[in-house]
This record gives sequence, C-alpha cells and structure tokens, in this order.
Amino acid sequence: MIGLSHYLVVSAILFVMGVLGIFINRKNIIIILMAIELILLSVNLNLVAFSAYLGDLVGQIFSMFVLTVAAGEAAIGLAILVIYFRSRGTIAVDDANRMKG
Amino acid sequence: MLDTASLILALPELVLTAAGLILLMIAAYAGDTSAKMIGWLGVVALGVAAWALCPAWTQGGDAFGGLYRGDAFGAFAKGLIYLAAAVCILIAPRFFEAGGANGARAIRAEYPILILFACVGMGMMVSAGDMLTLYVGLELNSLAAYVLASFMRQDGRSAEAGLKYFVLGALASGILLYGISLLYGFTGSTSYAGIAAAMADGLSHGETFGLVFVLAGLAFKISAVPFHMWTPDVYEGAPTPVTAFFASAPKVAAMGLTVRVAMEAMGSAASSWQQIVVFVALASILFGAVAAIGQTNIKRLLAYSSINNVGFALIGLAAGTAEGVAAVMSYLAIYVVMTIGSFLCVLQMRDSQGNPVEDIASLAGLSQSRKGLAAAFAIFMFSLAGIPPLMGFWAKFLVFDAAVAAGMTGLAAFGIAMSVVGAFYYLKIIKTVYFDEPAAEYAPAGSRMESALIAVSAALIVLGYLFNPLLDTMSAAAAAALH
Repeated sequence: MIGLSHYLVVSAILFVMGVLGIFINRKNIIIILMAIELILLSVNLNLVAFSAYLGDLVGQIFSMFVLTVAAGEAAIGLAILVIYFRSRGTIAVDDANRMKG
Repeated sequence: MLDTASLILALPELVLTAAGLILLMIAAYAGDTSAKMIGWLGVVALGVAAWALCPAWTQGGDAFGGLYRGDAFGAFAKGLIYLAAAVCILIAPRFFEAGGANGARAIRAEYPILILFACVGMGMMVSAGDMLTLYVGLELNSLAAYVLASFMRQDGRSAEAGLKYFVLGALASGILLYGISLLYGFTGSTSYAGIAAAMADGLSHGETFGLVFVLAGLAFKISAVPFHMWTPDVYEGAPTPVTAFFASAPKVAAMGLTVRVAMEAMGSAASSWQQIVVFVALASILFGAVAAIGQTNIKRLLAYSSINNVGFALIGLAAGTAEGVAAVMSYLAIYVVMTIGSFLCVLQMRDSQGNPVEDIASLAGLSQSRKGLAAAFAIFMFSLAGIPPLMGFWAKFLVFDAAVAAGMTGLAAFGIAMSVVGAFYYLKIIKTVYFDEPAAEYAPAGSRMESALIAVSAALIVLGYLFNPLLDTMSAAAAAALH
C-alpha cells in the first residue's frame, strides 16, 4: 500500500536533486533551468499528495497556479538565456563571471 | 457574484493592472518613440493607485474571502513602493539616452510598463492574506524584475545580471514553495489565519521544517545573509535606474511580506522564528559592513549597504512586538528616501563624454567641481552611516529602541557596534569626495528634474524630523493593523 509518506519521500528526493542540480552542475545553464523545473514539480507532488491525504481541494488548485507560473518562468528564463548567448557566445556556467568581488 | 467591498479594497492593484495593459497597447502601436509619454502616464497611474489606497487605510479588512487583505499596513508599504517606482520611471529616459545602452540610445517603451506590473505584484505581496496570493504576487514581481535586470540587451553585464537573478530567484521561489507545501500539509490550510491557528498548540516537526523553508525563501528575496550572494552581482550589472528600483521598492515589499508572514501566519510560534531572525539580522549587519570595505564599484558598495540595512530593519522584526513592527516600517520609509537619493547621485556620475562611470575613485575631488552634488553625497552617506542629526540615525534609533524594550539588549548592542564598522566605508566615500586629489571632471548636470529630486530627498533626510509625528502615527497605525 502506497501512503502519504512515500509521496513525500519521492518529492523530497526530487527537491534535493533539483537543488544539487543548480549548485553542483558546472556545465550548462540549460541544465539549471531543468533543475528549477524539477524543484517546482517536487512541490507540486507534495501539494497534490497532501491535498488527497487531507481531502482538501486547495492543494490541487495551488498546484495549478504553480504549473502556470512555472511555464511563465521557463519562458522568461529561456529569453534571458538567449540574450545572454547573443552577447557572450557561450552558455557554460563557468563563463558567467564578468562580475566578481 | 462580484463583491463590491472587496473590489474597492483591491482598487490600487486593479488600477495598475488596467493602466499597464492599456499602456502596453499604446506601446505596441506607437512604438518606442512614445516611451517618455508612457513613462509619464505610468507615473499618473501610480498616483491614482496611491489615491485608491484611502479606503484600505481608513477602514481596511479582508477581501475575497481572506485571500487578500487591504489594511493600513499594506497601504503604508504600497505608498512607499509607488513612490519609489515613480522616481525610478522618471529617472530612466535620460540614463538610457545618454550612452547608457551602448548601441540603442533610447529608452524602450516596455520599461515603465514592466515597473507597473512589478508594482501590481508587490502590492499583492504586502496585502496577501493567504500563501496562494503571496506566491502569485511574489512571482508577478519577480518575473518583471528578471526582465528589468537584463534590460540592456546589448550589454553583457546586464544579461549576466538578469541570468544570475533569474536562477537564484527561481531557486528561492522553489524553496519558499516547498516550505508552503509543507505548511499546507501539516497545518491543513494555506491561509495565514488557518496556519496561525494550527500552530497555536506547539510546532510539529513538519511545521518547523515548513517555517524554516519559508523563512529561507523570504531571506533570499530581502537579500539577507546567508542568502545574499546574488545581490552584489545583480546590482552591479543591472542598469542604474533598475538598480535603484531593486534597492528600494521590492525591498519594501519583501520586508513587508516577511513581517506580515512572521507576525500573522507564524505569530503563535514567535519564539521559533525569532532565533532565526536574530541570526539573519546579525549575520547581515556583520557581513554587509565588512564585505563593503574593499569594494571599488559604487553600485556594488551600495548593494552591500542594502544588505547591511536589511539586517538593521530585521532587528525590529526580531523584537516581535507591535512597536518593533512600527520601527521596521519607519526604517523602510527612511531607507527608501536615503537609497533613492544615493542612486540619484550615482546617476550623476558621468565622464566628460556623458558615459556612466561607477568607480569610487572617479569621485575624487568632486567637492571642487560639483559642490552641490558633493554635499548631497555627503548627506546620504552620513545618513546611511547613522550620524545623528540626519534621519538615518532616527531609523536605527527606532529599531534599537524596540529591541531594548523587548529585552534584547545584546542584539541592540551588537548592532550599534557594527554600525561603527559600517560607518568606515561610508566615511571613506566622503573622504574621497572632499579630501582627495581631483580626478577627471564629470559632465555637467544635465537634468533639472534629477537635481530637484536629489535636493528634495536630501532636504527630507536633513529636515525629516519635522515629519516625525506624522511618520510615527502612520507606522503605528500600520503595525496595529497586523493581528
């Protein structure tokens, strides 16, 4: 029988993978965008699992809002990535170091 | 069914949304040549929205079933946000025209519209009564801010700033959301009142985790240590008017949001978050003061200064009393004037060709070529350092007073000691301006409006004590609206 705690564990693993994907990844900014999506999806999983467990619809409505905002966020992230690539010619994480201090 | 009372309370957001959409249509048809007019219309819209705050100020209350709350606290914060946003719209055209954007030498019409949309989001943030409205407002503000940070498309630094802001901002939203999902699961509610009621009988482990994640996400947004790392890069890379905007309006919104969440949603678990807020405040003050010392770029230095100031404002929140909240609101009001004034001065820093310069060394001997500007710099820096006759001192005094009244003498003593460390780098700028060998002269002041704005904010900083009774009454009313 799969219960609430299974969902929470999967969601926690996804969340940690997303955060590590942002901090450990040294290659490519696109991978960072994917890691951000992973974080948001782990939150959605959490919300829906809690919603089913509590028998309360608010969590599912919340996850709809999160999905919508995530789409807008991805669009803006990719747009910024494109202008960054135009001015710099690379999307490697290590090259994003024009400012230091 | 439409609920008229709710709509009236939410009128400022409705006005700004409608104005933003209409101006977007005008911009789509008239093109970038209409940018200045759109800017002025945006300022008018902000004025109308500020007027629409009156119902919320006099008889605030819940709207839309508790999702939104139009009260004196929100109205106070929104007044500051609209003021800062209006100034940031007014100062932009000249910056973008005069060699700000290498290549395209004109302001694009989206700039004021993006600021208006960011203001809608910030209004939602400070008026949220539910985690759902909080999240949507926060994202509305953040998405507009990511675009603003990378507004100078041809400039590699601006694009890099936008990228860094986006990645770390999205991470912060993710952390905040994860905390919200945990709070929802373990309290069974997303409304502040429901969460507070569920927390009243002690914190479970799940609730504690949720509380920590939410506070971590909010600390990112107010750029408090240990989640400050994006601030210097973004402030340095973004165009100067946008940096002025980031340092003022979103800061007020995020602080207001943090105060409301801490006092209303988590008020019954105050002892748990107080430790976290005390740590974050101390770390921000210490780090903001020490890391600023070696900086050579004025925008970077002001970024560390803003981290430092957030730490001081958080001392008021750490007190956890109504007096402390009132002190935070007064602090924010004074901070907005000081920081906008400082950035107006930074905007005046242009070499003889009219290109912006950001080196602190280029300020050397400014007192001989531009006496007025040098005096304004001195006033704002002395005020940020908290030197007594100026308003910056009064802001710090209020938060320390609240902390001492709440029995946190050690915290206040540490804050006072650290403000001495912070004074060092502010005084270093004044020394550069007044006592160093003159460097190359700046281009003459070109804009009457900018000079007038500098004069007004400097006058407010010097003579602000005349308005103290008003400020005290208003911040006390704002604090009393939280429950």
